[in-house]
Amino acid sequence: MGLEAKLNGDGFFVTKLEAIINWARKNSVYPMPMGISCCAIEMMAAADPRYDIARFGSEVMRFTPRQCDLMIVAGTVTYKMSHVVRKIYDQMPDPKWVIAMGACTSTGGMYRSYSVVQGIDQFLPVDVYVAGCPPRPDNLLNALIHIQNKIGNTRAKDFQNAKRIDLNVIQNN
Amino acid sequence: MELKEIITKKLNEHFPDAGFEFSEYVGEFNIKLDKKFIHPVCKLLKEDSELEFLLCEDITAVDWAKRKNRFTVVYHLFTLKHNFRLVLKCDVDESDCNIDTVSSVWKTSNWQERECYDMYGIKFNNHPDMRRIYMPEDFEYYPLRKEFPLMGIPGSLSLPKK
Repeated sequence: MGLEAKLNGDGFFVTKLEAIINWARKNSVYPMPMGISCCAIEMMAAADPRYDIARFGSEVMRFTPRQCDLMIVAGTVTYKMSHVVRKIYDQMPDPKWVIAMGACTSTGGMYRSYSVVQGIDQFLPVDVYVAGCPPRPDNLLNALIHIQNKIGNTRAKDFQNAKRIDLNVIQNN
Repeated sequence: MELKEIITKKLNEHFPDAGFEFSEYVGEFNIKLDKKFIHPVCKLLKEDSELEFLLCEDITAVDWAKRKNRFTVVYHLFTLKHNFRLVLKCDVDESDCNIDTVSSVWKTSNWQERECYDMYGIKFNNHPDMRRIYMPEDFEYYPLRKEFPLMGIPGSLSLPKK
């Protein structure tokens, strides 16, 4: 059965450490539910038994950024809120990923106005954009699968020269 | 006597020189008055036992751009006793851009006046906490004024560093 069936007589197999870390990492993505407006309702729906984000190992929505590695920004980000979003993102431990969920988050959407940031990629490194207003929960799951594929393709050297967080950002903003 | 007549009579009795202009539009009773009288008029409307306008639903403003008295501050009042809505209007000029607060009459108008100040730049005299409510405190413009561009002024609102 399963993994045991792959084992030979001696009970071990050889793989790369990278591969086993990526395998573990991508099947236990802890999302930070940054629910700012109506997209958050669809994000909650993705967590319920009908869509069941737990099938992908992401059911543990942590309400503290310290325990998360995926930020789902679900909703309209205003200029005033952008500082809060960035502050929470900065508190998440590396490595971390970002999903921009919905039209508002990705491009400003229907809020073409002075107060709304026209796309959170102006201040956050976004990995996956989700289309829709709001997107269906299946669409969010699709984005999560994309994130998993992305995590599966990372190499150890991707993290070796990673930029350290400038601590002043946290203290002064 | 109808409520409109009672209001008209009472206001004319108490404030003979407030320059009231009574009118009716889409079923709502409108009263235009001099901005100097806004506080005592609101106090009377709320505290008179026959009227009891206990609810201040909204305070906002209109920007007429090129008119002589550029702004009109609009008060929407409601009396639960009679199920009746009343609209008060005061003209405010840009050169003398202030009006007395009514936050001592209705506590809810504290934030409504702050919003009005935030969006139009109309100062409310004697207001206990005249700060911006929506926009960041260091923002220099008034977004709902006609000259303000829809997409804002580039660089006026800060974004975090990437």
